[in-house]
Amino acid sequence: MAVLNEEQSMLRDAAKSWTQEKSPVTAFRKMRDSGVEIGYDAKAWNEMAEMGWAGVIIPEEYGGSAFGYLSIGLILEEMGRTLTASPLIASGVGAASALVLGGSDAQKSEWLPKIADGSVVGALAVDEGAHHAPDKVALAATKSGAGYSLSGAKSFVIEGLAANLLVVSARTSGQSGDKDGITLFLVPADAKGVSRKRLALADSRGAANITFDKVEVGADAVLGAVDKGWDVLEKTLDRVRAALAAEMLGAANQAFETTLDYLKVRVQFGQVIGSFQALQHRAAKMFTDLELARSAVEAALQAIDADSPDVPELVSLSKAKMGDVFHLVSNEMVQMHGGIGMTDAHDAGFYLKRARAAEAAFGSQSYHRDRYARINGY
Amino acid sequence: MADFGGGDPEAFRKEVREWVDANFPAELKGRPNPMMREERAQPSEAQEAWRKAVGSKGWGTPTWPSQYGGGGLGSAEARIIQQEFGRAGAYNPIGGMGVMMFGPTLLEYGTEDQKLEHIPLICRGDVQWCQGFSEPGAGSDLAALQTRAEDKGDHFLINGQKIWTSGAQFADWCFCLVRTDTSKKHEGISFVLFTMHQPGVEVRPIKLIAGNSPFCETFFTDVQADKKNLVGPLNGGWTIAKRLLQHERGGLSGAGGGGMGGRSLVDLAREYVGVDAQGRIADPDLRTRVVQHEIEGRSFQQTAVRAMLESKGNSGPSAATSIMKNAGTSWMQLRHELTLEIMGHQGLGWEGDTFKPEELGAVRGWLGGKAFTIYGGSQEVQSNIISKRILGLPDLTQHN
Repeated sequence: MAVLNEEQSMLRDAAKSWTQEKSPVTAFRKMRDSGVEIGYDAKAWNEMAEMGWAGVIIPEEYGGSAFGYLSIGLILEEMGRTLTASPLIASGVGAASALVLGGSDAQKSEWLPKIADGSVVGALAVDEGAHHAPDKVALAATKSGAGYSLSGAKSFVIEGLAANLLVVSARTSGQSGDKDGITLFLVPADAKGVSRKRLALADSRGAANITFDKVEVGADAVLGAVDKGWDVLEKTLDRVRAALAAEMLGAANQAFETTLDYLKVRVQFGQVIGSFQALQHRAAKMFTDLELARSAVEAALQAIDADSPDVPELVSLSKAKMGDVFHLVSNEMVQMHGGIGMTDAHDAGFYLKRARAAEAAFGSQSYHRDRYARINGY
Repeated sequence: MADFGGGDPEAFRKEVREWVDANFPAELKGRPNPMMREERAQPSEAQEAWRKAVGSKGWGTPTWPSQYGGGGLGSAEARIIQQEFGRAGAYNPIGGMGVMMFGPTLLEYGTEDQKLEHIPLICRGDVQWCQGFSEPGAGSDLAALQTRAEDKGDHFLINGQKIWTSGAQFADWCFCLVRTDTSKKHEGISFVLFTMHQPGVEVRPIKLIAGNSPFCETFFTDVQADKKNLVGPLNGGWTIAKRLLQHERGGLSGAGGGGMGGRSLVDLAREYVGVDAQGRIADPDLRTRVVQHEIEGRSFQQTAVRAMLESKGNSGPSAATSIMKNAGTSWMQLRHELTLEIMGHQGLGWEGDTFKPEELGAVRGWLGGKAFTIYGGSQEVQSNIISKRILGLPDLTQHN
């Protein structure tokens, strides 16, 4: 764990005690069983917002605390441990970062305080196909009077059903696949022509496919510059990816620790199964990988806070490494628990399902390996 | 900069630079340390001059106490010496097992007399040490060692065989684990020192798959060790051995991370495999594995940085350090494998001018590197240590 300052330690401790007491895995199970469509417990989200978590990366003048990305990573790590579902990444990192990085003063004043206090949930509507590919934007924004008309579809919008505010990537010129010609728009989710279809996902978290049918927005809905949205979009996505990797780090560590506890109590052949070297060495390998992944995740968050030029490669490194490790640990969690790990009554399945959804979100391991190589010129 | 105790680092750097310029023989520039190589048997005049110059300053062991011949300096000053040697293309002529493993252990566990007798000779590079630990029947299970030491009043009489004794053919002294009590396993082992230049010591170099002979079989027949050269208590050698192995593993994981010299795999792949129209490595399968390896290497480096910061912070010793040997050595081995694969047919040469020195080196490095996960605590022993000490799983390997 990175060396923390006093305020970060306090934030981490607060997040740990709140998630352990108020939002243990049983709370996630209850939320899942309730079938709540938005994919999180709104009451729990209100409590998080009251603690200021939604404003951790938002400047103080807009109602946030500006503690930074390592700080929100610490919170997300604790939330990951208990699989706490919330729109913190989509709204408090995604929409908030897009506004901080690209928003006009008016846009920031209008939206950031509401995101910080949790009254508005934002979401990023960026992908259109089966894989994360933020440059493959076909959704068209055409000039319409003083503003624009948006038509097209977005897929796998994380927290898309709960969101009040959508940050939408749209094409104002060029072809799908071009980085030039992408423009970001702020679109209220209740705008005329927006229709949302809830996705019931394996990990029970909130997501939606969203269609835009001649959605009329004003010129003041453009976030940043017309045709030049890529830069803000990529920086925003990197912040979301790093935050998601922090959540994955917490979830993977908890999956490992729960498994380790089981190895120490489950008796077969007259001894605890944790005494078998076949399992010990796999546990040692997981521990080794988790330590390496922690270093990668923390380095990415620290690089964002330092506004370092190597943010893109460090983020891709961390998402790729963390994805591989969570994949491994979640599979081993089920295998090492044996039959009990296959039952819905056990938590192992929750971690396995969350792992795959988190791996795919905002770029899989193969996406980020390719990106890492391209950034480094090969 | 606290290490300078108010001193001026730039003034010290200037002092080191001037001293190196005045004392380092130009003909040795860029040459490796001859200490553990065949040429140590007949060092050149320049090599001897450089060894004596550095040894008398104590700068080969800069952080060791000055009363035993060390430099008595802080880590910041030690770094400056290292940097200035590097700048001048100079090797540190003081090295080997004495510096890496035995010296730090003796400083911790030795008596004042023992330190005064042995440490200054290490600091001056006058004495080379070898490690008498492994035996044919005691590899990963080191505590099963059988080399006997009988109490003969003023000395021990030693009989037995050691193996994988690094550099024994060039060593003057041996630090050795011997059995002084056959009724117990770990508690029957003592840590003794004796000279290799005595009757009954026989050394046979072992030729390895890479063609070189860095290790030996070493036979002891009625070899004597003075009682004053028992380190720590009688039958208390295992504790000291474990500490010494920590020094060894620390050095090895450092070698894993630090051994990134030479060309990157990406550069090699561009040359031997080529690139496509977009500048990507032309073989997509190989490219993926190169990226994975690069990411693994970066996360290893990031972990080394994190472990250092954590140990400096107030969070106590970092759990991350326990993974370094396995992570570092597997990474190095995979690097060798990928290097060979990238070089293709050119990565199969054993000797001859059809192959570049870099290509021949890759083959030897690949073979020699197989030892990384065997020596200094095998991959499996390290996994046992992580399982037991860090993860708290039951230990089935330490039966007494």
